[in-house]
Amino acid sequence: MTTSTSTLKRARGSRGAPRESRLSRSAAMVIMGAFTLYFLLPIWWLLVSSTKTLGNFNSTFSLWFTPSSLTDIGNNVVKLFTYNEGVFPRWMLNSIVYATVAGGLGTILAAMCGYALSKYQFRGRELIFNTVLGGVLVPATALALPLFLIFSQVQLTNTFWAVFLPSLVSPFGVYLSRIYAASSVPDEIIEAARIDGSGEIRTFFTVAVRLMSPALVTIFLFQFVSIWNNFFLPLVMLRDQTLFPVTLGLYTWNSQVSQIPDIRTLVIVGALVSIVPLLVAFLSLQRFWRNGLGAGGLK
Amino acid sequence: MSTSVLSGVAPAPAAARIRPRKRLRNKRAIAILILPFGLLFAAFYLVPVIYAVIQSLQVIRREGTFGVPHLEFGGLSQYFLVFQDGEFWSSILRVLAFGVVQVPIMLGLALLFALLLDSPLVKGKKFFRLAFFAPYAVPGVIAAIMWGYLYSPSLSPFSFVTSQVNLLDGGTVLWAIANVVTWVYVGYNMLIIYSALLAIPGELYEAARLDGASQMRIAWSIKIPLVMPAIVLTAVFSVIGTLQLITEPQVFKQFTSSITSTFTPNLLVYTTAAVPNLNLAAAFSVVLAIATFILSFAVLRLTQRRAAL
Repeated sequence: MTTSTSTLKRARGSRGAPRESRLSRSAAMVIMGAFTLYFLLPIWWLLVSSTKTLGNFNSTFSLWFTPSSLTDIGNNVVKLFTYNEGVFPRWMLNSIVYATVAGGLGTILAAMCGYALSKYQFRGRELIFNTVLGGVLVPATALALPLFLIFSQVQLTNTFWAVFLPSLVSPFGVYLSRIYAASSVPDEIIEAARIDGSGEIRTFFTVAVRLMSPALVTIFLFQFVSIWNNFFLPLVMLRDQTLFPVTLGLYTWNSQVSQIPDIRTLVIVGALVSIVPLLVAFLSLQRFWRNGLGAGGLK
Repeated sequence: MSTSVLSGVAPAPAAARIRPRKRLRNKRAIAILILPFGLLFAAFYLVPVIYAVIQSLQVIRREGTFGVPHLEFGGLSQYFLVFQDGEFWSSILRVLAFGVVQVPIMLGLALLFALLLDSPLVKGKKFFRLAFFAPYAVPGVIAAIMWGYLYSPSLSPFSFVTSQVNLLDGGTVLWAIANVVTWVYVGYNMLIIYSALLAIPGELYEAARLDGASQMRIAWSIKIPLVMPAIVLTAVFSVIGTLQLITEPQVFKQFTSSITSTFTPNLLVYTTAAVPNLNLAAAFSVVLAIATFILSFAVLRLTQRRAAL
């Protein structure tokens, strides 16, 4: 990347044509087109494979449908939702609860902390902020094992709380909130609210939260995704299948493929069904990703 | 009181003028705002870290071969074991090799796509942005399962490749994983860099445009230096992610036997803890966390110096 840009720059000279040539336009489009295939083909494969019986999955061309695809996907989905007393919808529900409830609560807590760190002057402020920032660098996987041991001493392993409680904490959310509160909540407004007699906490929930809302959506999305994708913590903590998030559930199914070949179809259809909610949420909230990420990256 | 609004950056002198009663009120507010997060952070970040450090300093001793085992302070003896452990170092070297190749490729692609999206060269920007970002909606476990099938010699739609080269072989499986990680994260990193590009005021390169500078030149001399902070951010997160690699190799174990239980540092920690040798596992974790810190700071320093030039 580096070398090709610099050689091209030299070849063109510093006073190149102001209008881009047809050549560079088509080169750019070819690059984008090729990588579109790279990014979308696996998802397309997943979609097509979900419409096949196990026999067709093994024998037909895997990037196109079969004549019976329409009925087969219906059967597959029914089988997916009823297999093993409906454990799959249970997993989906678990993931949704872990991700939305813990993500939502965690976002509010992070915003409160980040706002306080940005708007109040007090002793130990930088110490707290730097400790939290250090927390951003501590990988979740390094915490999972000690957490397991701690939770086992209070008999909380293999419970809902074992996954839910640690998911509430988002140090990166505090970092983003502090930056965003500093730039988007003017001190004048807080001061005006004070003069109007509003308490500090009420000012936060009525005035600051509204001004910080784009950042809050971003933090929520971040946390939602990291909880939804979390695999290691549930793997360490949970034994009871009915508590599994969908990632861990599909992982255990995939490990049974050699004993129960039929389950492969369920893994494929389950994978497709499990990414649909996330795809929809992402694509519809994409503008928040852009705004919030810009705040984190630039300032 | 109105003086406090003058400087949002350093309101220290203004705060000093706040009357004591107000101070007290603020103190309560600060506690209410910070404590909920603070307590959870302490319980689920600080305590586990301290717990791991304490554990790593203990050893299990028994009286004779069949005596009752008991824990006692062992100083740095677990750490000597860590540094003598060949498996540990080869797993570290493996993820370092992975990072040295995969991170620059991923971030290079992300930067290229972000610049192309930001240039007038590309039509249909919205579509490309969505298409490239879509894989990020696929959780690591699911992505690894999908690619596991796509790599498989018999089931893959690309069997003209996979029947010739076994991508899940001992020599190539690391790069097969690198491809999965790249596939998931390029679009995400692209979006971070792209949003930084959008935040650059257009006037900054208006003059360069009028002087007849090409898109290449504007990208190289103006845009890339300005988005360097965003690139640093993505680099640090990528480095952390690389050292922590576990989900994809754990899933790939289901597809191939060439992933050993000590393939990455985290897999080794997991395996050691399952033995169970919790004290040694804790020492591995601590060394790994420190290595992550050092490497993240190194990336930060290195890239910042580059940006300053």
